[in-house]
Amino acid sequence: MSETAFITIKNLSIGYNSRSGDVIPILRDVSLDIRRGESVGLVGESGSGKSTLALAGLGYFKRGLRVLDGSVHFNETDMLALGRDDLQRIRGGQIALIPQNSGQSLTPTLRVGKQLIEALRLHSDLNSKNFNSRVVELLEQVRLPDPMAMIRRYPHELSGGQQQRVAIAMALAGEPEALLLDEPTTGLDVTTQAHILELLRDLARDRNMAMLYVSHDLGAIARVCDRVVVLYAGEIVLHGSAVQVLGKPRHPYARGLLSSIPRLNQTSMPMSLDGRPPMPGETINGCAFSDRCVLSDEKCTTSSPPLLALESGEEVRCYHSNLIDRIPINSKKVASFRKSGEVQIAAGLQRLAISYSKPSFLTTLFKKSSQPPNTVDNINIDIKKGETLGLVGESGSGKSTILKAIAGLISPKAGKIILDGTIELSARVEDRDAMNLRKIQLIFQNPDDSLNPRHTVGQILAQPLRLYFGLKGNILRQRSADLLDRVRLGAHYLDRLPSQLSGGEKQRVAIARAFAADPEIVLCDEVTSALDVSVQAAVLNLLDELKTEQKTTYIFVSHDLAVVKAISDRVAVLYQGRLCEVGPVNSVYQAPFHPYTDALLGAVLEPDPYITPVLSADDIVELSPPAKGCPFQRRCPRKLGTICETETPPGRQIGLGHIINCHIPNNEL
Amino acid sequence: MVTVTINSYKTNNRAIMVILDVLSRPSGAVGLFLVLLHLILAIISPYITPFDYKLQNSSLMLTPPDALHLLGSDHLGRDIFSRTLMGGREALAVTGIATPIAVAWGGFIGILFGLVGGRVDEVLMRVVDAFLSLPWILKMLVLIVTFGTGMEVLIPTLAFFYGIPVIRVARAATHDVIARDFIWAAKARGHSRISIIRSELLPNVLDTLMVEGAMRWSWMLLAFSSLSFLGFGVSPPNPDWGLMISDARGFMSFAPWGVIGPVIALSSLIIGINLTADALAKSLGIDRAQKAPV
Repeated sequence: MSETAFITIKNLSIGYNSRSGDVIPILRDVSLDIRRGESVGLVGESGSGKSTLALAGLGYFKRGLRVLDGSVHFNETDMLALGRDDLQRIRGGQIALIPQNSGQSLTPTLRVGKQLIEALRLHSDLNSKNFNSRVVELLEQVRLPDPMAMIRRYPHELSGGQQQRVAIAMALAGEPEALLLDEPTTGLDVTTQAHILELLRDLARDRNMAMLYVSHDLGAIARVCDRVVVLYAGEIVLHGSAVQVLGKPRHPYARGLLSSIPRLNQTSMPMSLDGRPPMPGETINGCAFSDRCVLSDEKCTTSSPPLLALESGEEVRCYHSNLIDRIPINSKKVASFRKSGEVQIAAGLQRLAISYSKPSFLTTLFKKSSQPPNTVDNINIDIKKGETLGLVGESGSGKSTILKAIAGLISPKAGKIILDGTIELSARVEDRDAMNLRKIQLIFQNPDDSLNPRHTVGQILAQPLRLYFGLKGNILRQRSADLLDRVRLGAHYLDRLPSQLSGGEKQRVAIARAFAADPEIVLCDEVTSALDVSVQAAVLNLLDELKTEQKTTYIFVSHDLAVVKAISDRVAVLYQGRLCEVGPVNSVYQAPFHPYTDALLGAVLEPDPYITPVLSADDIVELSPPAKGCPFQRRCPRKLGTICETETPPGRQIGLGHIINCHIPNNEL
Repeated sequence: MVTVTINSYKTNNRAIMVILDVLSRPSGAVGLFLVLLHLILAIISPYITPFDYKLQNSSLMLTPPDALHLLGSDHLGRDIFSRTLMGGREALAVTGIATPIAVAWGGFIGILFGLVGGRVDEVLMRVVDAFLSLPWILKMLVLIVTFGTGMEVLIPTLAFFYGIPVIRVARAATHDVIARDFIWAAKARGHSRISIIRSELLPNVLDTLMVEGAMRWSWMLLAFSSLSFLGFGVSPPNPDWGLMISDARGFMSFAPWGVIGPVIALSSLIIGINLTADALAKSLGIDRAQKAPV
């Protein structure tokens, strides 16, 4: 490791001019050094300016943004003084960017090999004769199986993880000395994410590259970064080694952030960090975090704290970093005791099967019997009244599809959905009667999409109230206000439009809308995955409180195992639309495991640099489930043999209500 | 129980916000000024024209502009300035009625097609394509020749043919909205189809339809002038820009002033409408023409 800094950002301030002509800063006085072979993590919530800072490392600014002050040096070159051509030579060559959604950064009409050759042509000194062998070499380096075949594929033929690997290979084509990564694993499945991070970690070490890793995910940061910088409202609030920042953060905001992350080794709800960060352009008196901080006193609200260097080598923007231990890191809240005395069944799924494929005209004509296997098959679960059932699995595991079938938005191919133990629900929502419709409510992943942008909050809440209860006028408004109060929003939100709310507030409105129907079952489809971690904790807590108040039943779908653990009473693990394991939350998250559960849990990233993920299976999800046998047969690290390929695994009773569908005998699981 | 405060959050009416935003854009301000100017002139022109637009004067045939006759006179000795001022009245009246009809029926059918989808939509859209592939003037002339000219024929004819492209636009806008979660949410709650269209879909499609309506209006004005030019629009002696250009065409080589008035009037109106539509699209946030990132 050389001692001189490789990327130097000094006193950088970036902002834009608002329509009224004021200068609105996004980054304020940010200084950061990255040495060769060092990876630095940049953490912050959405809007904190972290992507802007990463792109500034390339000398690139989004439209409208401009440098107000400061400098950016790369390898002793002033990036802000360079012309377009010089910048282009450095970008992609000496310094490469790996963006979040690499599926979109690959050209859809060019084969993978061709795109890589193009990158080589632009950024390497190789003789064009050697391009092909170099492409294969690059694909091998990013650990893509069968590189020779991969060259001939188009981006859409690859999985999300494979696309991300190709993007990394492209970034490596110019033998870069520095990598900028902007949320490179966000949106990927847990196992894929873990694999990509291991790859990045090894690449950085082997090539002695400098890395700037931007993410809101502290788990990912913990895995790859040596040092961590925490941004809040465009300012660095904490800077230290990964162990310091993630182990014992000295800034109240970093503490709050850390404790709002649900973890596998905890059974309680994460603590929520109340309030929201200031918007760009908002006037900030004193410390930007003061209004959300428990340590805040008069000094904090009047004067802005400087970035203080501590003896431990950390830098903290806080007057009270010596009092930091007053804020607990781990959640202290004890999970509400969940009674299991009631055994009334709220809903039952019986042999539920769903297929998306419609027989095409030709197959019906020739009566070909080669039907593709069902997307979701043979789902048998009873959901007890008042419990939360978590459905986990990677993308394509059919968890959202099952929710849609329960809501009546997709007609199942076979099987029954039973409500209240007796009522068999019609497949289509149009055929269900109003009473049953009211009992089942759905909350969607992305509130931006599930709230009509043209309706005020009042109008949004009025929809179910009018439909199910026929409320009008003042009573309607009063009831809407009560609902807002229940989701901890004030009545003054009634006349706002969704665009005037933050992400967390929007999701609260969506929750209020679901509870307006006074439902018995609430279906939650990845309700927290579009939110920042601190907001996620608040929404999870809210859902838990509403459940205790209303005695509702939740079916909670998520890809995040820690979130599911925090909120669920029982968990069902799905792979390829088939159940792998069902059981009480504490038994599922403890051995014995289904091999798939084991692989998933092993890949979970914890915000702790000392925890290493265990990668027991590859990360490529098949496009369709196998016709016979166990759904997990191809990826399973503990596959027994042909029995796994031919016979559907039996449901083995492991403990009380804990069933594992696997051929491996109980005592060996 | 919480007390409800009515309108404690300052919400500005969206319509007012949009109009203010349109006015704050140069193209919107200029465009709206031109359109309003034309509308006002069309209303008050009978009272302010210096001469009677019908008055023929054989001693003043094709005289160049002077202080008295600002734009000269035509081949029948009529004052071109007065005729230009009056020349937009019929065009604006006809298209002013036909445009909302076109947008309404085209929008309705388009939303319906977008909702129904599947094979029905597929087949009917090919019919729409077939209609669009015929030259518009041919289609319209068939109807006009069959049923005669005059407002009672022109309005339905223009409204019918200019509604067809609106189908396409409304259908596309519907497709954009229909897959979004708030539609699914309404469906899962069990709202009827009609109520989903009215309260969830329509408010989101309306913006597009408004901009489309403005664009259709300008096309329709051009079509009306073209019909007049060909002799199928306004019947003489009523003045119309298209007709005036047609009349003056023969004398262009030695009396070019005959076309200047109507050309400026017609083009300023069309440009005004287009600029307004442009600014409106930007203000509503549905403008797709953004500066390329590279």
